[in-house]
Amino acid sequence: MSQIFPKSANAWARFSLFGLLLLIALGGWSILLLQRSDFVTAARAHVQQPIQFSHLHHVGGEGFDCRYCHTSVEESAFANVPSTKICMNCHSQIWLESPYLEPVRESFKTGQSLEWIRVHDLPDFVYFNHSIHVNKGVGCETCHGRVDQMPAMQQVASLQMEWCLDCHRNPEQYLRPRAQVTAMGYVPEGDQLEIGRRLKQEYKVLDAQTLTSCSTCHR
Amino acid sequence: MLVGLVMAGAACRQDMHDAPRFEPLEESDFFRDKRSARPLLEGTVARGHLRAEEAFYTGKVNNQPVVELPMPLTRDLLERGRERFNIYCSPCHGHTGEGQGMVVRRGFKQAASFHDPRLRGIAIGYFVDVMTNGFGQMPDYRTQVAPRDRWAIAAYIRALQLSRSATVDDVPGEERRKLETGGTPGASTSDEEGSTSHE
Repeated sequence: MSQIFPKSANAWARFSLFGLLLLIALGGWSILLLQRSDFVTAARAHVQQPIQFSHLHHVGGEGFDCRYCHTSVEESAFANVPSTKICMNCHSQIWLESPYLEPVRESFKTGQSLEWIRVHDLPDFVYFNHSIHVNKGVGCETCHGRVDQMPAMQQVASLQMEWCLDCHRNPEQYLRPRAQVTAMGYVPEGDQLEIGRRLKQEYKVLDAQTLTSCSTCHR
Repeated sequence: MLVGLVMAGAACRQDMHDAPRFEPLEESDFFRDKRSARPLLEGTVARGHLRAEEAFYTGKVNNQPVVELPMPLTRDLLERGRERFNIYCSPCHGHTGEGQGMVVRRGFKQAASFHDPRLRGIAIGYFVDVMTNGFGQMPDYRTQVAPRDRWAIAAYIRALQLSRSATVDDVPGEERRKLETGGTPGASTSDEEGSTSHE
């Protein structure tokens, strides 16, 4: 009786074992990749807001400091969305006829809040505090990106834990002088690591062990 | 299978991501105005926050602007004032206080120049009063600038005004020597660079 499988089938069988391993590895790798992708983290997603507010125009064009509107960022865990009154500081006279601003005028007249859609939403089991970051020399730009170039606000970072830890392990990679915290397009005057190490000491930034302790962020 | 895994993953994420509590400014469907952050009733005073010192909080006593700064004038105070001025005042009044800020150039009513003789001679409390209550077309800044910062800004406005009539004799010895010898540009002007870097 003749053989069903030719002799080369032995080789194929061994190869396919490797193939299976490769397939499993590829599958695992693509899950890891997917987990970090913009699709899952919602980074760079377009968010439709009730008003087409442009940071590009207000920050990039007119040169407003972030703190003109986000007044609580230096003292509070939450960087507030400005009240309608703050919009009306200028828009009581500028772009008076603009239909884009109708919701702002309506809100100012009736006292009803504007319903902005939150772009950066950390999970509720993370305790994040804006003030400590800003006061220790973490720039707005470091996490929020070049807001002065964004016509519509979008999240640029993954906001995943490994992204937080990247800085919590080695904050000197990112620290900048306090006076430059709200600056956009900041370029360090010299070696970033050297400046970062000096600022870390000057601003009394805690050691990596404390900064990466579970209860620093999850409490 | 992959899709199933991702969906299962996504499902358990959201559950813990959105705990049943309100984040700041989150929408509430319980209150008619949809605010979970409840506005304070008028006249509410938090414990320890009674604003009894009239001069400090309003810039006025018996309806007259205060003449003296109610705190020691220090370099720190002036630097705080400069920082706050550049954030909150410069959009209209400009970084040098001439009233030609970006918002004015975009069509807002001409803002006052601090180098105007009327404002050069006015008591310092006047600026605090205007920041607190607004004046003419200028809205109030009471929610954006804290009371102590209003005084810091007022002090810095005074410094801006004085800078206009300053002479070489007002420059302290060390700095003056740098000026007279031509100096190294980086060393002698580093302070000015700090103040104009936002422009």
